[in-house]
Amino acid sequence: MPIIPQEDQEYIRSLFSEKFVNDVTLRFYTQRESAIVVPGRECETCQDTGQLLDELVALSDKLTLDTHDFYAEREEALAEGISEIPAIVLEGENKGKVHFIGAPAGYEFSTLIEDLIDVSRGTTSLEFHSRETLAALAEPVHIQVFVTPT
Amino acid sequence: MMAVESEFITADVVEVGEFPEIAQQYQVYAVPKVVFNDAVSFDGNRPEASFIGAIESVTGKGSASAPA
Repeated sequence: MPIIPQEDQEYIRSLFSEKFVNDVTLRFYTQRESAIVVPGRECETCQDTGQLLDELVALSDKLTLDTHDFYAEREEALAEGISEIPAIVLEGENKGKVHFIGAPAGYEFSTLIEDLIDVSRGTTSLEFHSRETLAALAEPVHIQVFVTPT
Repeated sequence: MMAVESEFITADVVEVGEFPEIAQQYQVYAVPKVVFNDAVSFDGNRPEASFIGAIESVTGKGSASAPA
């Protein structure tokens, strides 16, 4: 059973083909599937998130899924600001960093779709004045958006 | 989306349902909650200008007060 319903897959496939310009890699930090559960390393949504991303990247040849074992590559993950899993790092034409921490379920799934399009195009639908202000930044800004999957 | 436009921005979308300790740390009682440089925050959906105002305030370019 797919996580993304068939008709949504068709819609997303045509949206991606219409909007995508450049390739995007989704770097996915997860943990290896295992028959045992180590205390402190439970990840209830890692497996479903992996399946969701498999289904998503199949909808465009411009998308690549790059899966990493968080516990084997913890230093690399921490170096790019990832300290929880599942986590997804979007890499394309974006100038800054875009991370999704936790399963991109519910409304967050559409946020992911929209961000993938922005990252592929390297542009956003922000107003001119906003883009000008952002382009003039000279020091780091960390924006955290806290959400729940409703 | 804002992070696409500037190399200085890191944007994390965090599903706090999975990480209650993070929700507690940042006192997330309503979603969405947006926090800028651990210093300025607001709850709920805000217009684009509020985001820009918050970014300006944490980078010392705007007024020190919290954005409307």
